[in-house]
Amino acid sequence: MTRTGWLLTAAVAALYFLHQDIWFWDQARPLVFGFLPIGFFYHAVYSLAAAALMWALIRLAWPAHLEAEAETASAPEPGGPPAAPGESEERR
Amino acid sequence: MIPALVVFAYLGVVLYIGIFAFRRAGGGEHAESYFLANRSLGQYVFLLSLFGTNMTAFTILGSAGHAFSNGIVTYGLMASSSAFLIPLTLYLFGTRVWSLGKRFGFMTPVQMYRDRWECGHIGTAIFAVQATLLVPYIVIAVMGGGTTLSAVSGGVVPYWFGGLVVAAVVMSYVFFGGMRGTAWVNTFQTVLFLVFGAAAILFIGVSIGGFPQAMERLLANPETAPLLTRERVPPAFFFSYMLIPLSTIMFPHISIFCLTARRMGQFKKTIIFYPLCILAIWLPCTFLGLTANAMTDVPAIESKLEARAELAAGREDLSPAEAAGLQREAAGDDVIILMLEHYAPLWLAGLLGAGIMAAVMASDSQILALSTMFTEDVFAYYGGAQRFGPAVQVQTGRLFVVLIALVAYAIALQAPPGIFGIAVQYAFSGFTTLMPLLVAALFWRRSTKWGALAVVLWTAATMTAVAVLQAVVPAPAPGTVVPVWTLAGLDIVTRTPGGTAVLGYMPVLPMLIGSSLLMVVVSLLTPPPAAATVARYFPPTHPRRIPG
Repeated sequence: MTRTGWLLTAAVAALYFLHQDIWFWDQARPLVFGFLPIGFFYHAVYSLAAAALMWALIRLAWPAHLEAEAETASAPEPGGPPAAPGESEERR
Repeated sequence: MIPALVVFAYLGVVLYIGIFAFRRAGGGEHAESYFLANRSLGQYVFLLSLFGTNMTAFTILGSAGHAFSNGIVTYGLMASSSAFLIPLTLYLFGTRVWSLGKRFGFMTPVQMYRDRWECGHIGTAIFAVQATLLVPYIVIAVMGGGTTLSAVSGGVVPYWFGGLVVAAVVMSYVFFGGMRGTAWVNTFQTVLFLVFGAAAILFIGVSIGGFPQAMERLLANPETAPLLTRERVPPAFFFSYMLIPLSTIMFPHISIFCLTARRMGQFKKTIIFYPLCILAIWLPCTFLGLTANAMTDVPAIESKLEARAELAAGREDLSPAEAAGLQREAAGDDVIILMLEHYAPLWLAGLLGAGIMAAVMASDSQILALSTMFTEDVFAYYGGAQRFGPAVQVQTGRLFVVLIALVAYAIALQAPPGIFGIAVQYAFSGFTTLMPLLVAALFWRRSTKWGALAVVLWTAATMTAVAVLQAVVPAPAPGTVVPVWTLAGLDIVTRTPGGTAVLGYMPVLPMLIGSSLLMVVVSLLTPPPAAATVARYFPPTHPRRIPG
């Protein structure tokens, strides 16, 4: 795996565990903007961070080979869709 | 009654969209056209429709109801976790499913599993479990439709009739429009809800004198202050709940929807914008559900709060029937509608009711997915397509759409309230437990059909065990648990007010660990598929990623 790949994998793992925000577990204050409890606000920001990470994944690690494989196959390749009972020998 | 009329007008519009799609498709005689819209959806329809498909009665009514009873934890439990994990699974698995579908002509996940593991009847077993798990999700949509229409009409439209209307309208446009009609309706519904959801927040916020005052009122009351924190929620439960969004990509309607994109590049915008759409929808819904606790001037909400307080008091003289009645009364699935009725002007309440109805009716994709699976994985696979031709294949799919809608409606009439609980306990946990199927099929060469069968049997067995346990042991009062299996003083399995816990975690955690282990162990003990089959899925000269 490339260095970028390792960094992105670490970022995904970190965001997974950052979801468990035990540091805001028992507190409602401060109320952000006067009405959003801090725990609620944290998870709203978490959603924005998720969007940012998705952008990074697409920008830096888009699996373009999958698209190339699919586009070069002008017709469905042999083997699928799966054979029905009684016709497996013809298919495979 | 005016809001109800607006909702009925809305139902007419979506019906028209479905029939327009039918005309556009020229009747859609071919299976790929009817079931997958010819794999031709553009990027914006793909994004909005995929999001709309996930935005169901559960999202709107269930999340607000859950937040009403449980507070801010609702957003962390389901929304922020989904904002991260759903696009991540689309990136990791959705793109691969799309690629394989395009290469091999798959129309359902079961076709892929059958081909990947060289199996037949095991694929049918996967179909059976997936179909069984999908039905509750369809049922909650019909229940949500009944609840919504009944509430916006002030009780003039009874619950049974509201559910019937929703089931009939969804059935009609899925019947005629297939995937194209479903995608267009979902796109329309998503736009509608995004627009009117913002209006709901504004009107209610202004009407109650501002949200800061409402929050201060909640904090000043010892009974409601904990709703603004997570002090009543065990961290272990919260942690295990993070596994639930993994179920999304395993829902057949989502994996089938991944096959409809014209190009793989259309996933890009969907993956990036999905978390933002979650934020835009879930934050208002959960926040309004939480804020409803401060709206004691709404009589229906006040009686819900009284019922909850009576339950929390834990009176010992309360009979099971009385407790069940109080639980029904305290359920918050309709709090958003009650707030709109009370605070929004009549015309806006109607439009917002239509917006809620838009979300409630997202069962269309599930109904179509079940129909696609039945037609492709059972009817066509067992010779129906060859014997009767492709046109009959599509007609069979349409017939199945009707049957599913009727069955869902019949169940919805009998099912108890609590949209959120039903969905989570059965559909979401079950599909998360099936996750090793997809991971192994796409990433592990050595996986076998027997490993897949073990996963399916484990999922069926554990889901049945949870259902039986919850039927036999009644739910305890809020704030208490009933030990079911204790070992050396340690509570292994407990019955909680919301369901079941294993060592304090949701059952989905041990269920997923079990299915993962079974996939690995059973696969290693059984012969792998032929090398030629494996080579088609894992080409020896596999190119590396290309940045793009």
